Amino acid sequence: MQDRDFNRALQADDDTRLTQSRLLVLALATALVAGLAAAAITFPDDFGRLAPLALDSLPRSGVLNPVTAVLLNYRGYDTLLEVVVLLLAIVGVWAIAPTPRIWFKTPDTPVLATFVRLLLPLMMVVAGYMLWLGADEPGGAFQGGAVLGGVGVLWAAAVVWLPRAGRPFWLRLLLGAGVAAFVIAAVGLLFLRGNLLQYPPEQAKTVILVIESAAMFSIGATLAMLFIGGYPRREEAK
Amino acid sequence: MIGTSTLYTLAGVLLFGMGLYALIAYPHLLRKILAMNVMGTGVFMVLISIAYQGPTQRADPIPHALVITGIVVAVCATGLALTLATRIQALTGSARLETDEEA
Repeated sequence: MQDRDFNRALQADDDTRLTQSRLLVLALATALVAGLAAAAITFPDDFGRLAPLALDSLPRSGVLNPVTAVLLNYRGYDTLLEVVVLLLAIVGVWAIAPTPRIWFKTPDTPVLATFVRLLLPLMMVVAGYMLWLGADEPGGAFQGGAVLGGVGVLWAAAVVWLPRAGRPFWLRLLLGAGVAAFVIAAVGLLFLRGNLLQYPPEQAKTVILVIESAAMFSIGATLAMLFIGGYPRREEAK
Repeated sequence: MIGTSTLYTLAGVLLFGMGLYALIAYPHLLRKILAMNVMGTGVFMVLISIAYQGPTQRADPIPHALVITGIVVAVCATGLALTLATRIQALTGSARLETDEEA
């Protein structure tokens, strides 16, 4: 019922007539695009890039993939706060609404369950591989986490008990693991080395791998729970 | 002469402008959320193309790292925004913002 209203409102919104106010918006947006395009064309090639510094410091970063070095080493503080943003997003979603009822319907096809049972272990291996690959090649916690998010969504779609399970401890642990590992590493290194997130070059790879593993599980769990939407309640199971 | 990477930058700028127009012009919240995503994609494209340093050099890893964190944050913001939109729909019966013509 609600869904139908939603769709009808969306169709009513398909009205794409150029009213006066829309023409004004169109003109302003066009002007902005023109200005930005002019800036893009005249953009200088040499604007004091940090790339040489980032690439030259690679041997001390513990990894060979420069993007991973930037994410987990040079700008680890950014990534720490980003993992916090993920946690805040799920806290926000859980604060707003309960899980939509669609997740409590039993799938009416056995194909999905069988397919998912075959696919999930493979996807988990792929996620782990991408995490490991991230040290030297394109890959890492975010890519692996995205695959794990897919695992969570398929799992929830095929196996009804996941949203019905409420918010068990292991789920909250998964969601918070990234922030926890990052903060422990940051504070620990603060006492050992005197600076927040300053890795000793010899142990950098280990520290990065530990943080990335925890972050990957958190990213995966967060993406899956965001897709499911709302806070999972045990009492909905009927 | 405009190089390939500038072409990508221009496409990103265009995506940003298209998203901006749709964000303001359409009253339905789902469209606004989608428009914001299109704008974000435009920004990511600009950042990706800025990282290009010519065929002989490695791409600048810093804009690339910004993009990968940005994508995940954008997905999370979209999830939160969609939950808010469905909540607004549930509470008010409509997920549209009234336009001046209707009010």
